[in-house]
Parts: sequence; C-alpha cells; structure tokens
Amino acid sequence: MPPSTDRSWYMPKKSTSTRASAPKNAELARQMLTYMIMAREFDAAMLRLYRQGKAFGGVYSQLGNEAVSVGSAMALDNKIDVLFPMHRNIGGHFVFGQDIDQLMVNHLAREGSQMRGTDGTGHYADPQRRIYGNVSHLGAMIPVAAGFVMAGLMRGEKTVAMTYIGDGGAQVGEVHEALNFAAVRKLPLIVIIENNQYAYSTPNHLEFACERLSDRAQGYGMFGTTIDGTDVELVYQTCREAVQRARNGEGPSLIETVTMRMRGHAEHDDFAYVPKDILERWSTKDPVETYISRVIQQGIMTESEVTSLRESTLSTMIAAIDRALERPWPAAEEGFRNVFIES
Amino acid sequence: MTYLEAIADALRLEMRRDPTVFQIGEDIGTYGGAFKLTKGMIDEFGPTRIIDAPISEAAIIGSAIGAALNGMRPVAEMQFMDFVTNGFNQLVTVAGTTAYRWSMPVPIVVRGPSGGGVGANPFHSRNSEAWFAHATGLKVVCPAFPADAKGLMTASIRDNNPVVFFEHKGLYRKIKEDVPEGEYVVPLGVARVVRPGTSVSVIAYGSAVHMALEASEALLREGIDVEVVDIRTLVPFDEETVLESVRRTHRVVVAHEAVLTAGFGGEIAARIADKAFRWLDAPVRRVAAFDAPTPFAPTLEKAVLPNAETIVSAVRDVMAF
Repeated sequence: MPPSTDRSWYMPKKSTSTRASAPKNAELARQMLTYMIMAREFDAAMLRLYRQGKAFGGVYSQLGNEAVSVGSAMALDNKIDVLFPMHRNIGGHFVFGQDIDQLMVNHLAREGSQMRGTDGTGHYADPQRRIYGNVSHLGAMIPVAAGFVMAGLMRGEKTVAMTYIGDGGAQVGEVHEALNFAAVRKLPLIVIIENNQYAYSTPNHLEFACERLSDRAQGYGMFGTTIDGTDVELVYQTCREAVQRARNGEGPSLIETVTMRMRGHAEHDDFAYVPKDILERWSTKDPVETYISRVIQQGIMTESEVTSLRESTLSTMIAAIDRALERPWPAAEEGFRNVFIES
Repeated sequence: MTYLEAIADALRLEMRRDPTVFQIGEDIGTYGGAFKLTKGMIDEFGPTRIIDAPISEAAIIGSAIGAALNGMRPVAEMQFMDFVTNGFNQLVTVAGTTAYRWSMPVPIVVRGPSGGGVGANPFHSRNSEAWFAHATGLKVVCPAFPADAKGLMTASIRDNNPVVFFEHKGLYRKIKEDVPEGEYVVPLGVARVVRPGTSVSVIAYGSAVHMALEASEALLREGIDVEVVDIRTLVPFDEETVLESVRRTHRVVVAHEAVLTAGFGGEIAARIADKAFRWLDAPVRRVAAFDAPTPFAPTLEKAVLPNAETIVSAVRDVMAF
C-alpha cells in the first residue's frame, strides 16, 4: 500500500458510468486512436523541436493525457457544441478539426497565426471551429464557458460546453464560483478535472484534502464522478452521458479523470520531484499504447496499419513545423493593433 | 431626472431596443438592486434577462464575457464597485486581452456605484477607476451628470469593447437635470467644457466636477474665472479638449476624488507637461484624496476626501505662482 499521502495510484472505487465494452462502431475506435496518435506525435514533434532549440515559449507535453482530450471532445457534437481546452488538450483541437498548420503557426507565433503573434501555445480561439482557448490563469475560462452556454440557453439553443482544469487549477476560487453558478442555473457545462497528480511540482496531498475531487460535485448539487483517465472509451462513454444530461436540461457535470503527467510541467522542468517508481507504474497504463493493443486485439486495425499511421502522422507534424518555421515573425506593427475593436 | 434614473432609463431603452442586452448582478431582480436602480425591470424583461446571480463577482463578470463571446451584450452590476476586486481577474486578464489576442469583441459593461462621501466605510467607497485605465483593453467611463450618464451608458452598451462604468453613488439622487427623452448617445472619448472660463482650467471627472463647479462660484467672487473640463471618460481619453483648454488658460488644476498617488490625475498632468509645457504659466497642481482607504467616521472621511475648498485653495496657488 502506498503511504497515505501518496495519491499517485488512486483510482475510482466505483464509477457511475458503465464501463464501455468494445465499441460497436469500429470507425469510432479508429477515429479515437487516430486523434490520440495525432496528439502523441504532435508532442513528439514539439519535443524534437525543443531539443533542437527551435521551440519558442514553453512546450507543455500532454503525454499521458491523450485519452482525456480525445475521449471527451469526441463525446461532443462539433457542429453545435464548444470546446474550452487547456494547454494539454491538443487532442481535442484535432477532434474539432483544427488545421495542423494553424496550430503550429500559433504555437510558434509566426506570421499568419490567428493571434497575430500576440500570444501562443494553446491560447487561441477559433470560433469557426467552436474552439475557445484558455489563458495562463487556469480556471479563469470556466466562468466564461458557463456564460457562453448560458447565452445559448437564453436563445433556446442546446449548445454544451466542455472545459478542463487540473488538480492544481481546481483550487482556484473562480473554479468554485463557476461550478456553483453552473449548478444554480443548470447550465449545460461539463468540467473535467484532469488529475495528473502534479500541479507543476506540487503533489495532490498539498493541493487538496478531499478524497476525490469529484466529491465536490455533491456540494454543488451536480453530477460528479471519478474515472480512469487513461481509458479513452471510458472517458468517451462517461462524457457522452454527461452531454446527454446537459442536453436534456439536467445541468452540469464534474468529471475527474485520473492520469499521470509523464513529463515535467513544461520541458524546462526535469520533474526530478516525481518518484521514478510512480512513473514506471503509470507507464504500464499509457493511454495510447494500451488503446493500440486493444484496437489490434479486437481486429479493428493491424499492427502494421498502426505503425504506418504513427509514422505518417509524425512526418505530417514535422512537415507542418517546418512550414511554420519558414514563415517570418509577425510584422512588429501588429503589436500596436487591436487593443480595442475599432468598429 | 436624477442621475440614477437616467442610468436606469438608458438600460431600459437599450434592453427594449436590442434583445441581446441582458443584466446580471446581485439582488437586481425582485429586489431591484441595492440602490433600486433596476427596480421593476424584472417585471418588464423577466428573470431570463434580469438575472439574480449568486455572490460571485468572478462568475458574474466571467459569464458576461462568455455570453458576449456568444453574441450577447451583457451588463453586469457590481453591487458596490468595491467588489469588482473579486472579479478583477476576469476583467483584466480575460476581457481586457481578448480583442488583442483573438480579434474578437467582448461587448460587456461592468457598472456599479463607486465613490465616497456618504459614510459608507472603506469597502463601499472606493474610487478604483485608475486600476482599469492602467489595465489595457478596457474602456473606463465616469459620468458626472444625469444626461451624460444616460448617453454614455447607451454608448457603453453599444460599444464592442469591455467598458467599466463608474457611477458615483453620492450623485445618484443628489443631481437632477433635464435628460433627453428616448434614444440618447454620448460618444465615449469626448470631454466637455462644463463651465467656460479664462483664468485657469480645472480638469476633473465624476464627483470632482461638482466640487470644481462649486469652487468656481467662490473663486469668481475673487475675480478668478475658472474653466471646468469634465473628461467624462478616462479611456479613451480626449487629450485634445484638455490641451485646448490649457492653451487658453495657461494654468491647470487636475481634480479627482480618488487617491492621489498613481491616480489618473497624474496621467493628465503628464500629458499636459509633455504637450502643452510652453503654454503653462504655473506648475500643474493635483487635488485628490489622501492616500488612505476611505474612512468611516464623518470627521475622518471629510478630512481625507477632496472638496470644493481644497480645489479653491489649489486654484489660488496656481494663480499666485
């Protein structure tokens, strides 16, 4: 048994969601695996760039979090719903159809980025694709996501918003205000707490004292559950149910997904504070590798299909990076524009 | 019409005109707001458009931002403008940076009663407009008169940027004037010469405009003809009207009820020094509150806040220079 302060292997005692069996739809499994591989290879490409000293700004790996991003975003209808992702939710961007070139140009702050070089990483918004980015003050966008769907309700629309916060960010006061507000107004909002064990260097037991972060849902008067965040089908199934409840006017859900952040806070961080045995234990639950095995085992894809998918995805990512790097920096004049909307 | 009625009139007219306008705040519905500014509005517009929110300023401002990103024009009330500190991050970090980062409009108005002089203690009296003028990406409005309050509120609701609208609670029922009926817009960023004069310019906004007008009557008896300029909005700032006045009178006092240090008066004084130095016959003097929280006891409050007498004395100083 791990010591009482070690929550690094805590898993739900029970889940109110039914565990997904093999997806009846092989196409869905193929899509989820494809998006998870895109997220994984996006990371690989960014890490490569970082090691070459060419990355600009922080590189925030999502290694270990791919199942949460992809499974949750897949549960939405990207024609009517909206995604308010965090910086480790690149998988969700792909699910919502984000163009790889635009993603890279934004990450690397080159000319042609939606944000004109004013900001980078996963902070951009793409209203056409129904993606609204975050700000570095994590938690600040949760009240915003709540307001977005409140406006939809006022017009009789059924838009659901999916947003994310970490085991550290969940301690920000605005998160509490937003969850309470969403529950009071029965807003179609799904908040996923990605508990990946460490908030920068701070472990769970120094961030919160409740047994599970989803226990808070009861206090807000909303649905809450804690699930294994490395199982993409379980994430998908749990979020589907939450979307259904939201769509039916049953209000918000708080879903804690338990994962492990397999890299540092950002790449400058050697995460020496994480005991190696914890990383070893979690490496057996790698969300991408375990899903690859399952998909192969179920005969949905062959091993060689998966291998070639990974290779082609990585080269697509690297090519997009190269194209982005060929672009110039944005013109300096951009720094003086658009502080206000002029019309 | 009172200052308070004029603001309510603008809100009501804009809500009738534009179905995307709604209001959110604490006790604004059935109760009609702590100052009764939204009284009766829930009867006309219903609880979907007059939203009683929990005591959660971050959720109130944050949800207004989200609704604005989704096509609405929310007006969020801070029960007292002091409580905007609880939603500061939403205004400064999210609302004020969105146009710059995303090229997307965030048409929200955050409004509420500010200011002291009414015995309301340090937490119901603050003048915090300078924080927001310094924040980038936020427009800041401080009306002094009922008609301006109506016209500026209409313009603020129609503006595609986040606006922080400081009402002065001491003016709510104290100041009455004829207010244009029906649709009335005063554009943001246009100062007004409230009282033309030739001897000295007093540049002010909010409650300090009324102190300056009172001071100018006393000073006229001494043969000093004061020009009072009400800047009306801090952001955008109508620099030209201020400089024009300075070029006419050659002497300036800048006055506001907020505390002195790093107040907006320092910005006005600096602009004048930069751009009208050679027209000045005396240093620019500032009149502002003593750098302290606004105290509770009437003796203390009266002592730390500026008033007509402190303006009179500053004007005499610049005239004697």
